[in-house]
Amino acid sequence: MNRIWLFGSAIDTDQIIPGRYSPYMTSEDELARYAFIERRPDFAPNVRPGDIIVAGKNFGCGSSREYAPRALQKCGIAAIIAPSFARIFFRNAINLGIPLFEADLTELVADGERATLHLEPPRLTTAQTAYPLPRPPAFVEEIRAEGGIVAYVQRYRRFPGERPAGTAVPSAPVVQS
Amino acid sequence: MTQTLSEQILSQAAGRRVKAGELAVVTVHRAMTVDSIAPEVIDVLHDQLHVDQVPHPDRCAIFIDHVAPAANVATAEGQLRARRFAQTQGIEAFYDAGAGICHQVMIEAHLVAPGTIAVGSDSHSTTYGAVAAFGTGLGTTDIALAFATGKTWLRVPETVRVDFIGELNAVSDAKDIVLHLLGEVQADGFTYQAVEFHGATALSLASRMTLCSMTTEMGAKAGLIPPDALTRRYAPVPTWLRVEESVNYQRRLTLDLDEIAPLVACPPRVDQVLPPRELQDVHVDQVFLGTCTNGRLQDLHQAAQLLEGRHIAAGVRMIVIPASHATLQAATADGTLATLLAAGATLGPPGCGPCIGRHLGVLGSGEVCFSTGNRNFAGRMGAPDAQIYLGSPQTAAATALRGVITDPRDIA
Repeated sequence: MNRIWLFGSAIDTDQIIPGRYSPYMTSEDELARYAFIERRPDFAPNVRPGDIIVAGKNFGCGSSREYAPRALQKCGIAAIIAPSFARIFFRNAINLGIPLFEADLTELVADGERATLHLEPPRLTTAQTAYPLPRPPAFVEEIRAEGGIVAYVQRYRRFPGERPAGTAVPSAPVVQS
Repeated sequence: MTQTLSEQILSQAAGRRVKAGELAVVTVHRAMTVDSIAPEVIDVLHDQLHVDQVPHPDRCAIFIDHVAPAANVATAEGQLRARRFAQTQGIEAFYDAGAGICHQVMIEAHLVAPGTIAVGSDSHSTTYGAVAAFGTGLGTTDIALAFATGKTWLRVPETVRVDFIGELNAVSDAKDIVLHLLGEVQADGFTYQAVEFHGATALSLASRMTLCSMTTEMGAKAGLIPPDALTRRYAPVPTWLRVEESVNYQRRLTLDLDEIAPLVACPPRVDQVLPPRELQDVHVDQVFLGTCTNGRLQDLHQAAQLLEGRHIAAGVRMIVIPASHATLQAATADGTLATLLAAGATLGPPGCGPCIGRHLGVLGSGEVCFSTGNRNFAGRMGAPDAQIYLGSPQTAAATALRGVITDPRDIA
C-alpha cells in the first residue's frame, strides 16, 4: 500500500513549487526534488510512486506553471483528491494525464495513512474503508487513458469537443506525429 | 437565445453557436509565451509534437519579461533559446528584455483585438478582457498545441455579471475595487467562470487592465469589460460583439463604487482583505511599485502625487518597475520618474521584477513587502516566512512614506 499526503485548502502553485525553483531557474532534472520544498520539506525525499495527495478546496490556485503538476507527476503521485481545483492547474493536470478527483476526504483520512488508489471504478481504499470517487467527465477519462493531451491529439487527430475528421465542422488540427 | 460576451466571442472563433457548459474548439488569434515557459513550449513542440515550423507565426508572441534581463546562466540560456526560436520561426512579435511585461505590451502593441481570443502561458492573461478580448491563461502544453495548430479547446464558461454603480473616489484605485470583490467572493468565487464588469465606462484602460488582471485571483477563466467608446478608440469593435438583453447570467452582483475605500490583502491569501487603518504598526522593509496589475503610467502618477516633495521613511527600500519601456519613457518625459527618485525610490528595468521572487528585490527571512502586485502567497517573493501585503499604488506610496502600512487618506 501507498500513503496519503494530507494538505489543507488553497494550496497555491507557489507552495507546490516556488517560482525560483522552476526548471527555468534550475533544471528539469531536479524538478521532483523541489515539490513542496518549503511548504513540506519532508514530501520530496519520502514520497513514493503511487502515493496519493488528499487536499482541501481550490487546490493549485495561482500561477499557470505546468511544472507544478509536472513536479508531482515526477514524484509518482497516483492521484490528487480535493473538493475543488483551480482551473489552470486542473487543465494542466488533465493535459499531463494526472488523475484528479473532486471529492472532500480531508476529514475522513489521515496524513500518512496507508491507502491505494484504484481507477476502475474510481475509489480510494484504506485498511478499513473504500471511498468511492466521482467519475470525471468522459473526455477527461479519454485524455487520461491516452496518457495526456498530446497523445490524445496524436491518436484522434482532433481536440476534445471537436467533431471527428470527416464530419462537416471543423477540420482536424495540423499536428505532425 | 441571447449570449454573454464570452459566448459571442467563442462562437465566432468556433464557427458555430456555442453556449456555456459545452466544449468548443476555437481559433486562437494570439498565443503568447514568456521567457520562463518558452523553453518548455519549444521542447513540447520539438520533442512531442514534432513540429518544425509553426503554421501561424503571425499569431504567436514571445516576451522576455519574467527574469529580464537574465539573472543567471540558466535563465540566459533559456532566453537564448526563446530568441533563436522566434528568429527561426519568423515570429515578429518578439519582445526582448526591457520591452516590458507581456500583458502590458500585448495591449500597448495592439497584439490583441476586441472580440478575439488570446491565450498566454501566464495566468494574468485575463488582462486582455480590458479591450473586450477573451483572454485566458494556459499551461505549457496547451500553448505548444496552440502554436502548433492555431487552435485550442475550451469549456465555454458561465458568466457572472458585476454591475458598478456610483463613482470611484480619487484616493481609491481599481485595485481597491477588485480587492473588495475578492473579500466578498473569495479566491475561488469565480472558478471556471467568466466575469463581465458593467458600468465601468468611467474607468481608464489602465484601471480596466488592473480589474481584468485580478479576475484570475478569483479563479475566473476570463474577465471582460463590455466594449464602449474607449474600446473603440483602442481598436475597431466587431458589430456582433455587444451586450444583449435578457442574458442568462449565472450570477449577478452589484458594487457601489462610492463605497470603495483603500484595502490591503494580508499574507498569505489574496482574499484576506482589511482596510489599512485596521492594520496597526505593520512595518515594511520594501515597497514594490510595479507588475502587470499596477505598474502602468497611471499607477506611477498616483504614487508620485503622494510622494512629491516628500521622502520615504528611513529603513524602507522602494523599488519602482514600470510595466513597459513605453511606460518608462513616458514617466521619464513627464517628470514622474524624477519625483519618485527624489522621494528616495530606485528603478528596475521594465518586466515582472521581484513579483515571482526570482530577482531585483527578493525578500529575506522575516522581511515584509508592500507590493502593488497580485499575489501574496508564502514564499512567492523569497523566503517562505517573508510577508507580502498587496494594495494600490497610493497605499504603497503612503506606506513607503511612513514605513508602516498606511491609508493614503492619512497623509496630510
